[in-house]
Amino acid sequence: MSLLSPLAATGHVVLSALATLGRVTIFAVQAASHILRPPFYTREFLNALMQIGWFSLPVVGLTALFTGGALALQIYAGGARFNAESVVPSIVAIGMVRELGPVLGGLMVAARVASSIAAEIGTMKVTEQIDALVTLSTDPMKYLVAPRVLAATLAVPVLVAVGDSIGIWGGYLVGVTRLDFNAATYLKNTVDFLEVWDVGSGLVKGAVFGFTIAVMGCYHGMRSGRGAQGVGRATKLAVVSASVLILAANYVLTEVFFSA
Amino acid sequence: MIDLQGIEKAFGSNRVLRGVDLEIGTGTSMVIIGGSGTGKSVLLKCILGLVAPDAGTIRLDGHDVTRAPREEFLARFGMLFQGGALFDSLPVWHNVAFRLLRGAHRRPKAEAREIAVDKLRRVGLKPEVADLYPAELSGGMQKRVGLARAIAAEPEIIFFDEPTTGLDPIMAGVINELIREIVTEMGATAMTITHDMSSVRAIADHVAMLHDGVIQWTGPIAEMDATPDPYVQQFIHGRAEGPIEAVR
Repeated sequence: MSLLSPLAATGHVVLSALATLGRVTIFAVQAASHILRPPFYTREFLNALMQIGWFSLPVVGLTALFTGGALALQIYAGGARFNAESVVPSIVAIGMVRELGPVLGGLMVAARVASSIAAEIGTMKVTEQIDALVTLSTDPMKYLVAPRVLAATLAVPVLVAVGDSIGIWGGYLVGVTRLDFNAATYLKNTVDFLEVWDVGSGLVKGAVFGFTIAVMGCYHGMRSGRGAQGVGRATKLAVVSASVLILAANYVLTEVFFSA
Repeated sequence: MIDLQGIEKAFGSNRVLRGVDLEIGTGTSMVIIGGSGTGKSVLLKCILGLVAPDAGTIRLDGHDVTRAPREEFLARFGMLFQGGALFDSLPVWHNVAFRLLRGAHRRPKAEAREIAVDKLRRVGLKPEVADLYPAELSGGMQKRVGLARAIAAEPEIIFFDEPTTGLDPIMAGVINELIREIVTEMGATAMTITHDMSSVRAIADHVAMLHDGVIQWTGPIAEMDATPDPYVQQFIHGRAEGPIEAVR
């Protein structure tokens, strides 16, 4: 019996993980289907767009600014080892739009938005507001989940685009003021080596990350346990799962988009 | 008429409802009493479809609604939740007129607001309250707003979940009186769950005692005090000794 215990424990963990994966997948599919089917709650969507998009701009912008600057310094220092300092503008631009802009922007939005969605919906659940919605003939998936998921899926690519621009600008500032690059040459090298798909792939990543962030926030909020501890746990799980899924999705998308 | 037959519900190994049979006549006010944790709220949520019963049937005016689509069914209901369950992000009048601003009952915004203010007045709140947010209200005011929301769409059936919990005795009396008046003037069927005996005496036409997952006794309020049922007697007199274990 004792020999089988580790196997039973492992099996329990695997089954539990598969069950969670199944529940999350069903939830995500339901969320997506509710986005496409009426009724549509425009006011809730616009409110979510403001909360997720507009109010995330400062944190995404600051993250991108400092990341772009640090990236320029690192590439300059690394490039100096084999006399390739001139690649700074192009590598900063490509690095920002392909990887760092979407991933860091996504992680910052995950921290800010997934937690806020999970806490809000979780609190609504424990105070019976979700039950109240149902008794008022309103589907919580349509009223609470669909507007947030749609708003995040649309807003995060825009945030990524803004973050990319600010990040490249951060690299430019450091390049011109600290590393003595010629301003016109820096800009020319940035533009010349950047391709449309570099930017496009980052925006697609942003949309996937936005969807993931909102789904995880809503999923954990809707499954929140009772009391402050339940809401706190839902919030933590939303941020952790959204962050891990962003990093995993980023690898998969990079493989799909750029593997030779 | 609401007719419950053999309703059962378990959460894991905990069998909360073990076969509840109960009839609530049209236009009557049924109060379900029972100790904390005896399944009163679960029974109410089973009727509303918020919790799926494991067995049994729920009939509304003769139609089996146990697994029927809920939207049409819920359109006939109003519900006052224990904690009010008001939407924090919406002003009071939006809460009251929630059903009137969307779905089948949709009205123009100005008309919906007018109805909301009228319902707030009906529960003793001034029109100025309409533009406040729930967090700005006292517990008693939140209950009144919850009551106004429950009656806003003129429902045929109203459920009250512990309507006086957390209120001082005077405010509890006010809420009890309001519920009785509103149910009478609307001619609605009402179902209240409570363990507050002052609520029972103020609101009930009929009383049902839920214990151990079944209805132990049911009858008119006038017969409650005289019934020899030991469960009812222990409960209404608040005795520690009797068939109901004090420690559950």
